[in-house]
Amino acid sequence: MDIPALTIDAVRDGLLSRRFSAADLASEAVRFAEAENAKTNAYLRFSPERALATARRVDQQIARGEDPGPLAGVPVAVKDVIVTKGVCTTCGSKLLANYIPPYDATAIVRIEQAGGLVIGKTNCDEFAMGSSNENSAFGPVRNPVALDRVPGGSSGGSAAAVAQGTAVVALGSDTGGSVRQPASFCGVVGVTPTYGRVSRYGLTAFASSLDHIGPFGRSVKDAATLLRVIAGRDACDATSAEAPVPDYAALLDGNIKGLKLGLPREYLKQLTSETGALIHRAVDVFRKLGCEVREISLPATDYAIACYYIIATAEASSNLARYDGVRYTFRSEHSDTLSDMYRNTRGEGFGAECKRRIMLGTYVLSAGYYDAYYLKAQKVRALIARDFANAFQEVDAIVAPVSPFPAFRLGEKVDDPIAMYLSDIYTITGSLAGIPCMSVPCGMTSEGLPVGMQILTGHFAETTMLRLADAFERTQRE
Amino acid sequence: MKITEKEVRYVAGLANLQLSEAEVAKFQSDLNGILEHMDKLKEIDTTGVEPMAQVLFGAGETATVREDVPVPPLGNEPALANAPQPGAGYFKVPQVIER
Repeated sequence: MDIPALTIDAVRDGLLSRRFSAADLASEAVRFAEAENAKTNAYLRFSPERALATARRVDQQIARGEDPGPLAGVPVAVKDVIVTKGVCTTCGSKLLANYIPPYDATAIVRIEQAGGLVIGKTNCDEFAMGSSNENSAFGPVRNPVALDRVPGGSSGGSAAAVAQGTAVVALGSDTGGSVRQPASFCGVVGVTPTYGRVSRYGLTAFASSLDHIGPFGRSVKDAATLLRVIAGRDACDATSAEAPVPDYAALLDGNIKGLKLGLPREYLKQLTSETGALIHRAVDVFRKLGCEVREISLPATDYAIACYYIIATAEASSNLARYDGVRYTFRSEHSDTLSDMYRNTRGEGFGAECKRRIMLGTYVLSAGYYDAYYLKAQKVRALIARDFANAFQEVDAIVAPVSPFPAFRLGEKVDDPIAMYLSDIYTITGSLAGIPCMSVPCGMTSEGLPVGMQILTGHFAETTMLRLADAFERTQRE
Repeated sequence: MKITEKEVRYVAGLANLQLSEAEVAKFQSDLNGILEHMDKLKEIDTTGVEPMAQVLFGAGETATVREDVPVPPLGNEPALANAPQPGAGYFKVPQVIER
């Protein structure tokens, strides 16, 4: 079985024509992923029993002539910030090195109900904080395309797993670009849906007003199929939206004629690199497919980094307060009093990036600074969201880069947190506005490194976004 | 300097983070650089702009309140299963009142 070549449709065909069983695929997929993991460190843990249990159910359904579900037998990798009952979930942190969740995230429940096989948990930056996957307590992930380079972050393990071919699709989480940027670096498709489109129940909270769960796939269609499975209202997440969920994959017909696309001048003005050339080439493809392209303006863009890193760290400092050594984390052994135990547990348990963000978030929320930083950032966020709302009066979608540069070398930026934050510029604007955005591969640099193009649409307009990406992807296959 | 060493120690205290001397120096320098960048926000006029605390899209989409119906709780044993120091059905912690 050629596991790296599998698609959701190919798995389905194989199962329904009885060329292989879901149980065979579950075992073989886990074995293959385990063997390949030495190269990339994409996975922290495998869950063969769990994959096999779902696979057996799928095989029984097929034997009885029942529909086994849209993800029947599909090997799925899951970022380790999403909880899995009975399967250790670390969030890439020493604090949760031995944490066994007592419940499943809603996205996991829905994947397994749809027949998907959860084969393992993927490495990530600690509590999803980072853009290179170098902030994991369990070692960095290597980019399968170029092993001396980072896979991007924070969902680096999930992107690498899909790129390496050990999983057909994967779940990541995106707060400021953590699905789109690694998708771009590893040459796969990564989707951040509308805020509230996918339930976050069971997603470990980083910045609650910005956190999303999103799918990865080697094709737009596979990512779209996974998105449909996990999307929709969930009583366990009050922020999940009621809006009906379309059958995204069925709507991908390659016809995007007449759609209006916007190119933000603020994004492209500094982009003179190979990345910029590839984005312009992709825009020409859209023109040939019958789209109308015009320049648009998102004037508040220059303020987005400052705005994002105030809001995200403020929320993180509050969300991460729960890791206190009492209920489910590692506990420092060097403490005689409760307050020492808190401080030492957190001091010994958190890595440098988490500490930096907790410090920054606590500072911007502290007395005397709240208005100047946090409140101001919330107002700027409203302006950024207004920019997008204005743009979508004029155009159906926005085309943009994902990252200013392709995958960089391990260790290259690790000592310069500000440079790392600044590289998030193109992804955090969409996150702040809560709109759907995705990365789709749009070519390679002269060094052979993948570059992703970002497509953004208005709230709940995922269908338009995915149709554009799919139509573009078809031209790249030819 | 945007932030003094004393402020770094104060903020670490608020966040319940024990920092080494090296970390105090490193974070003072990092936070300074980051806060200098954040000063950019002073340039943009936000007069009359309402702060955005949540993504807003028609309250009908998200302003749903569930029925107040009790659901079965997690239960004592699973709730304690990950505790670093459970005992007698409780979470054990070091001495709380410091004398």
